[in-house]
Order: sequence, then C-alpha cells, then structure tokens
Amino acid sequence: MKKIILTGVALSAALSFLAAQTKKPVAGSSVARGKKVYEQYCLTCHQVDGSGVPHLNPPLIKTTFVLGEKPALVQVILKGMQSSVPIDDEYYSNNMPPHNFLKDQEIADVLTYVRNNFGNKAGAVTAAEVKAIRAKN
Amino acid sequence: MKTRIALLGCLSVMTLLSVQSRANNGDSSVIRPMVADPANAGLKLPTGFKAQAIAENLGAARHIAVTPLGDVYVKIQTSKPGKAIAVIHGNEVKTFGTYRGTGMVIKGNYLYTSSDEEVYRYALNDKFEVINPDQPEKLVTGLINRHQHEAKALTLDNEGNIYVNIGAYSNSCQVQDRAKGSKGIEGCPIRDSAAGIWQFRADKQNQTYGDGTRYASGLRNVVGLDWNTADNQLFVMQHGRDGLFDMFPEYYNLQQGNELPAECMYALKKGDDAGWPYIYYDGEQHKKILAPEYGGDGKKKGGENAIDPAIAFPAHMAPNGLLFYTGNQFPAKYKNGAFVAFHGSWNRQKGQKGYFVAFVPFKDGKPTGKWEIFADDFAGVENIQSPGQAKHRPCGLAQGPDGSLYVTDDVKGTVYKITYGGK
Ligand code: HEC
Repeated sequence: MKKIILTGVALSAALSFLAAQTKKPVAGSSVARGKKVYEQYCLTCHQVDGSGVPHLNPPLIKTTFVLGEKPALVQVILKGMQSSVPIDDEYYSNNMPPHNFLKDQEIADVLTYVRNNFGNKAGAVTAAEVKAIRAKN
Repeated sequence: MKTRIALLGCLSVMTLLSVQSRANNGDSSVIRPMVADPANAGLKLPTGFKAQAIAENLGAARHIAVTPLGDVYVKIQTSKPGKAIAVIHGNEVKTFGTYRGTGMVIKGNYLYTSSDEEVYRYALNDKFEVINPDQPEKLVTGLINRHQHEAKALTLDNEGNIYVNIGAYSNSCQVQDRAKGSKGIEGCPIRDSAAGIWQFRADKQNQTYGDGTRYASGLRNVVGLDWNTADNQLFVMQHGRDGLFDMFPEYYNLQQGNELPAECMYALKKGDDAGWPYIYYDGEQHKKILAPEYGGDGKKKGGENAIDPAIAFPAHMAPNGLLFYTGNQFPAKYKNGAFVAFHGSWNRQKGQKGYFVAFVPFKDGKPTGKWEIFADDFAGVENIQSPGQAKHRPCGLAQGPDGSLYVTDDVKGTVYKITYGGK
C-alpha cells in the first residue's frame, strides 16, 4: 500500500518537474520586462491576476482580443477603448485610456507577457510588429 | 471507521442538496428555508446579531426594498428578458421587467425603480404587490448614460420629490478620460448634465432634465443615498476618484494612491457643490485638495465654495448602499444611525479593502462617533487582492417592517437578512 503511494508521489513529482521544464517562458527577457510594464500601467485596472473588475474592467484571460490577431490587440493599447460594446458577451463600463506614450518595445513586451500569463498561451509580439501597426494610424 | 464517516458525510450533503433543489423555483435562484443558520451565512457580526441568506443566485442583486408585509423586491442588474426585478414572497421568487439598472425604493403605495436612463414607478395594491408589472409609469426619461457611473440610484423625501443620482461619465473630467498627462477641462461641462443629484416630482410622468432641478453638484458618482428623516435632509455617499498614483507618480507614491482620496458621506442642501472634479477630500490632512489635473500637487488646497464631508471613510471602498436605521429591533445605539454597504475596492494595489457593511452612530442628523465595521467577511477570502476573488460583494440595504436589516450581494445574488436576538 505504502509503496504504491510512494511510487505515485515520485511519478507525479517527476511529471511536474518535466512540465516545469517544458513550460519555459516564451522570449524570456521580453516577458520579464513586460511584467514591469504591466505592473506600472495595467495592473490597477486589469488586476494582479489578470481577472479584471466585474462589470468595470474586462479580464485579460483567454479573451478574443488577448489570444486574437495582433493588429487589433496592439490598437487597443495604442488607442485605448471606450466603446463599451460587449467583450465575449460581457459588458464593461469603464474606459481604457490610450497608451500610445509607451515605446514599441514596451508594448511588445507587455503584450508578450499578457499572452503568456494568466493562463494564456499565444505567440510573442515583437517591437517591429508594433512599429508597423502604429505606422498605419 | 473512516469509510463510515465519509459515507455519513456524503449522505448529509445529499440530503442538503435535495432540500435545496426542492426549494428551487425552476430557475437557478434558490430560496433558503427560514431557519436559523449557525454559520450566519458566512458573515461576521457583533454579538447578539444573526444573519441568514434568504435567497441565493438571484443574479447581480443591486438595490432592495422591503414591503410593510415583509415581501422583498430586488433590482437585478441584467438585460435578460423578464429578469429586471425579483420579488421574494415567502419561499417563492418571481421576476418581471426587462432593463438593467440599480434603483429600488418603496414609498407609500408605489415601488420606484430605475434603469440606467429612466425612472419608473409601479402602483402597489393593499398587499403591496405590483398591480401591473408590464406597465410602470415612466417618471423620468433621457438621463445621460455613457456607461461609466451609469447607476441612477434613487431616494425620496416626504414631500413628493424623488432624488436621482446622475454619475459623471469620467474619472476627473480630463480631456482624455484616465489618460496619463491629460489635463482637466476648464469649466468641466460634464457638470451640466451629470456629476450631481437631480430632483424630480415623484408623481409626474415623462419628466426630463428641463423638468427637474440640479439639487446638488460636484458629486462624481453616488450609488448609496438616503433621506434622513431625523433632520429631513438628503445624505449621499460619493465614490471618490481613482488614479492619483497611476497618473501622477511625481506627486503621489503607491501608498498615497491607495489611501487617497477619502470616500465621503455628504449631507446635502439644495445648491450644494461637493467640488468634483476640481478638488478631492484628503481624509488624512482633513482638507480639500486641488486635483492634479487642475494644477494640484497633493498639497495645494482648493474648493473654497465646496462643502466638507459629514464623514470621511478610507479610500476606494466603493460605497453602494446607505440606510438610516429607524427600526426598534436593534439595540438603542443603532437608532437613526447610518449603515453603509462598501462594495469593496479594486483601485488599490497590494491588497483590497471594503467588502463589508459599516455603521456610524447619529443623533439629530449628525454623526456622534467613529465608524465601525458592522457586518464583515462578505468576500469570504483572507487578504483579498482582486475583486474577482470575492465570493460576495455587499451592495443594497433595506430595513424590514420588524427592523431587520437586509443586504444584497451582486456577485451571486444572495440576499442576507440580519436580525438581533440579544445575548
Ligand atoms: C483605467 C483602466 C485601464 C487601464 C490602465 C488599462 N486598461 Fe485595458 N481595458 C480597460 C477597459 C475598461 C477595457 C474595456 C473597454 C470597453 O469595453 O470599452 C479594456 C480593454 C482591454 C483589452 C481588450 C479587451 C480584453 O479584455 O481582452 C486589452 C487586451 C487590454 N485592455 C489590455 C490592457 C493593457 C495591456 C494595459 C496596460 C498597458 C491596459 N489594458 C490598461 C481598462 C484599462
């Protein structure tokens, strides 16, 4: 009986070790820099765990914007959002101000951080991509 | 032995579940049988008080009113057809109406409610039942709703007037709302049609701005308000501004951003101006301070003509309900005092605050002591970091005919009934 439990414990420890190894953050330093940007400019509204504020500020957890096409996502950061149209069927009453004062690299970093945190998994955003999207405005 | 205990546990859970589902009204909402709950529905209360959840899962339960016969009306913040108002009668819940909104007051033989743009009233019969749920009278129409601070909370005086909050659709009247570096607009135009309390007649249909009076101005957003019958005056709880640290780190550190400005209770007379957006109230310096969007630096004073608060509470706790207690059930110290439901903050960092009902003793319309926490632990988690973690958030308050206190929760739609049974 004890042996079974022990093997089980050993197995799951090994498994979680493996999982930790394979779950390397995408573009390591970008994620680390992005966390700083997030804490300074996004955290009060979208919260420390990305869960947002019910009815006020939307979550950044697996939303259509966060996991979706990069141009639309980058535009949310550059222009902010005052539409108050439902996001994934929920309605949020606050306004998001534009964050066009952030540098291309900072926007790339914060979005890469958000897309690989709070349970999200999506490709990194690069400064070159932000630059190209900003140029179209 | 172990298995037996486990089995017993399972059995009792199953019995509980079956009791609950039997009381289910076919909807997801649940009515709790009227028996004492030794756990006080999860709330922490002063000695001698008890709480029970009389309903659960009503949806986003906002303001609440109780009839002289003990039926309970709850305004639900939803646009789902037929779900705007829940009526709790004994062990049964019914719903009617289709509009979002917060306001809910009973006065005489009428139920007054609001959407985010309009004010309605429903005539009640001699049992205080709504006579015509599908055809309320539309008292006020066309009130501004730009989503931010949209709740049109209500109260009435004893002279046939109704008072309606019209919240500012902005944090601090900047050119670009909440944008770092954006200045405050001189002669803030939002104050013309919002950021104040408007007075209308309670018995006249289809009124709009031109028919009403801007009773008080310079109030960013008010959700909790009540008419104090002890001194015949309107009292409101303002939701103070956000973003001092986020937008002005040159003047405020994180700690100051967390603690400023005070959440203020104001006693209002006609024509009063509480000063938004030009000033905010600093509860530590006990001063009206010029807003940084208007040239302030955290120290410069402002608002010579703005009124001072009656009470200053800690920052960002989001007061959503105010009730002056006139009942006889609670001990004498509560008589005429104010209960305030603090929905709980989101605009703090490294720990949130609120998620409780506070109490302040009053005499003749003046506070006579410090505020204290009355009912606590709505959030149901230790050291709450983000409002999404809260299991419940207190919102509306009402007094029952027997002097019980009712509190709504707009996370799950629990309705709490708090009673006093002595020691
Ligand atoms: C003042 C509060 C505030 C700040 C600061 C803020 N946001 Fe937002 N954000 C909002 C609100 C409110 C919305 C939704 C607006 C609407 O519905 O019109 C939103 C929408 C979004 C969306 C799209 C909707 C979704 O949930 O996926 C993303 C992505 C986003 N914000 C990311 C960020 C990032 C990254 C930052 C920091 C650089 C940030 N926000 C800063 C309030 C804020």
